[in-house]
Amino acid sequence: MNTLILRETTRVLFTLILVFSVATLLRGHDAPGGGFVGGLIASTACCLYVFVADAKDVRRLVRTDPLKTAAAGLALAILSGLIGILLGGRPFLSGEWAEIGGVEIGTPLLFDFGVYLVVVGAVLTFVLEIKEPGAVPPPDSEK
Amino acid sequence: MAALGIPTARVPLLLRASVALPAALFAWFCSLVPRVSSGETLHWEIGWIPQQGIALSFFVDGLSLLFALVITGIGTLIVHYASEYMRGRPQLPRFTAFLLAFMLSMLGVVLADNLIALFIFWELTGLTSFLLIGYQHEDATARRAALQALLVTGVGALAMLAGFVLLGEAAGTYSLRELLAGDASLAGASNYPWILALVLAGAFTKSAQFPLHFWLPNAMVAPTPVSAYLHSATMVKAGVFLLARMSPVLGGTEAWSVTLVGFGAVTAVYSALASVTRTDLKQVLAYTTVMALGTCVMFLGLPGEAAGAAHSTAAVAAMAFILVHALYKAALFMAVGTIEHSTGTRDIARHGGLRHVLGPTFVGTALAAVSMAGLPPFIGFVGKELLYSSAYESAFGGFALFAIVAASVLIVTAAMLVAVVPFFGTMKQSARDAHPVTWQLWIGPLLLGLLGLVAGVATTPVFHGLVLPAAAAIAPVPEHFEPGLWHGFNSLLLLSLATWATGAFVFWLRPYMLSVPGALLDRLPVTGDRVYDATMDGIARFSTALTRRMQPGIQSRYILAVFATLALSVGATLVAKDAIHLPSQMPSVTFGEWTLVAVISASVLTVILSKSRLLAICALGVVGTAISLVFLLRGAPDVAMTQLIVETLVVVIVAIVLLKLPDFRNEIRQPLSERWRDAAIAVAVGTVTTLVLLAVTTEPPQLALTEYFESMAVPGAHGHNVVNDILVDFRAMDTLGEISVLVIAAAAVCALLRRRTRYRIDRFQRLQRRYAAGPGGARASEEDA
Repeated sequence: MNTLILRETTRVLFTLILVFSVATLLRGHDAPGGGFVGGLIASTACCLYVFVADAKDVRRLVRTDPLKTAAAGLALAILSGLIGILLGGRPFLSGEWAEIGGVEIGTPLLFDFGVYLVVVGAVLTFVLEIKEPGAVPPPDSEK
Repeated sequence: MAALGIPTARVPLLLRASVALPAALFAWFCSLVPRVSSGETLHWEIGWIPQQGIALSFFVDGLSLLFALVITGIGTLIVHYASEYMRGRPQLPRFTAFLLAFMLSMLGVVLADNLIALFIFWELTGLTSFLLIGYQHEDATARRAALQALLVTGVGALAMLAGFVLLGEAAGTYSLRELLAGDASLAGASNYPWILALVLAGAFTKSAQFPLHFWLPNAMVAPTPVSAYLHSATMVKAGVFLLARMSPVLGGTEAWSVTLVGFGAVTAVYSALASVTRTDLKQVLAYTTVMALGTCVMFLGLPGEAAGAAHSTAAVAAMAFILVHALYKAALFMAVGTIEHSTGTRDIARHGGLRHVLGPTFVGTALAAVSMAGLPPFIGFVGKELLYSSAYESAFGGFALFAIVAASVLIVTAAMLVAVVPFFGTMKQSARDAHPVTWQLWIGPLLLGLLGLVAGVATTPVFHGLVLPAAAAIAPVPEHFEPGLWHGFNSLLLLSLATWATGAFVFWLRPYMLSVPGALLDRLPVTGDRVYDATMDGIARFSTALTRRMQPGIQSRYILAVFATLALSVGATLVAKDAIHLPSQMPSVTFGEWTLVAVISASVLTVILSKSRLLAICALGVVGTAISLVFLLRGAPDVAMTQLIVETLVVVIVAIVLLKLPDFRNEIRQPLSERWRDAAIAVAVGTVTTLVLLAVTTEPPQLALTEYFESMAVPGAHGHNVVNDILVDFRAMDTLGEISVLVIAAAAVCALLRRRTRYRIDRFQRLQRRYAAGPGGARASEEDA
């Protein structure tokens, strides 16, 4: 499957799809989209990359362990729920909104971004681990 | 083997710094003493599940305060002691966290107001003690002991929960404060026997009453600071605490007295006898702990002179004994730990003359042992005199007095075993090899030993500040109750003299004690330990047999079972509820939709007939894509979008899996009969699903929720996309649950697929090497043996 055409298109598409996925995430609150589908779109970009490169390259590209990305997303989602408690003693996961420069920003967006990260992290974990199980890095390697 | 020199390992700063927590708590509880001893009950409340009347509320009365002080006070010394004792052992931050978590759960048990909260904290002590006992998890005996403690106390705790529920229903409240207010007794309740039996099951397993005591001596595989903490001051005392707490509610009946005195007396005498037949210092202490628990249980059950009346002196005696025991037992455990740390062994026979090497430890041990033997002017003497006098005055006078005197005689012997044998006599090899220890290892025993002396001299403030308020929570304490060191030359003093003399005589007879009763105890045909093993084996065999039947390991069979069950159960429900409604007229279908139906049908046929798996999986992707187009046509763009991408990803993932699998093209296809069976089930599932959808759509749609979401989307959730509002705001909790599942699934994939076997072995070997090289090396091999 690793043809020249696919390789060259992927170069362009990869960034394009990632940007599109973030756009989908951001517009989600008012139009079709959101963190879940945005995360899925971003994962397809990575899958495309998996086809033209091998898993090692993709790991290098995304820099972090995708499992950690997923965990960070979960933590972000939980944190977004705590903001309401801290600010006004409202129940866990209450939406808190503020207007910054005419744009409404709220904790649900943070939560959605958490969902996005979880989805990307989890799907990438599935794909990469199946494609080529990553070895656990040697713990505190004795240099 | 032993002499390892002074440990050079890094000081575990976290462990040392964490002394601040118990110390601060101890100081705070100390500051509460004046208010509580004047009869006040302090109370805090945090709402938890208000709908169910469950609140996280805490209260401090005399009883909780006595226990809280013991937990935090001894906890302070133990954490400090552990910071030196555990130096150089692996995974100390983890150990610190477990120890502190254990302490806090224990505090929760004694301070909780709500019965359910008490149960939760009770279980938390079980869990954390499991982690502490199993700290040396590479050692199979440690793992077994940890599991045993968890299971035995856990089963008891479940019984206790059932008892609490019955109790709460019978009394109409789950709040202990409300339960204890006014005339609290539930003796007349119709469920009383059940409540009593279930609550006692919890208390007896936790407090290691015969014949369920076996887990406690086994738990001695834990590092010594853990044993010192769990078995002197805390975990095992939880059962005693519960009995004391429940005494006004459940006590005062004949069933209560007979059960508690019976179990308590047997436990006390049996374990006192067992303690003097042990050769491992920690085992000696473990059995004397069981003896102390038996004594407490017995005295909490003792009725007054007239059967059925509460016996206030016995309650005072039990509370005093708890304090006495906590002081001397923690000191002795720490001292034994120090001996082991210094010499590398706990075998009594291998010790002698240690007083020349471990001077301060010797002083601490001697002070504690004298209090344990009940000699004046130590608090132990006051405690023992109270035990004797209240046993004598009770309705079970003769029996109770006999049991407590017999147990006390043997405890004198055990005290001599611990304090005399290792320290006196000629220097043995272990003493010559011993290395001197730093002050952290002897300050704890010395302080506690001195405290036993101070408390004995200052009996009146100790009793009025701590013991009497605690006893008052159990039974009304007589006014002008004056415990003292000296009651004149009476028959009880004679009895004490006889106790010491006999104890010393038994100590002199030790070689015979080891051979005769020791051998007898070892040859008991049925012991709790063996019953436990047999039960565990039985459970394992049963589940193996069951698993063999239920889990053949063939994927297609699992799917078959799931789908067949689905079709049958849903189909049966549809028929039984008469819910099959076929639409009277054909709904209008557009040309586009017909096209999609055609595409889906063609793809399904391709899936079934294709010889190539890759083609089949692609065709399956087409089915999914076509279905997402249906969503799009029906005005659900969010669902369509998501489905479309999910289908793509599924095809990609499955394709990657297929590329990894061996070539299947030449495999033998299933026989025709099986394929017909599979087809029938597939058709059945499809039909049932269609019927369910039809049944749902014939009902008038429930629009209340839809209207709510639509009206609240912009003002409440600040978003125009209702689907997204539901996901991230209205029902964000559900989403949080879903993404948690996703993360867990990803972690599971890693755990299954990553090559970590090699890494695990490396790490394990490295840990072992470090362990062998560190100060704990000798100990490790000792405890493995």
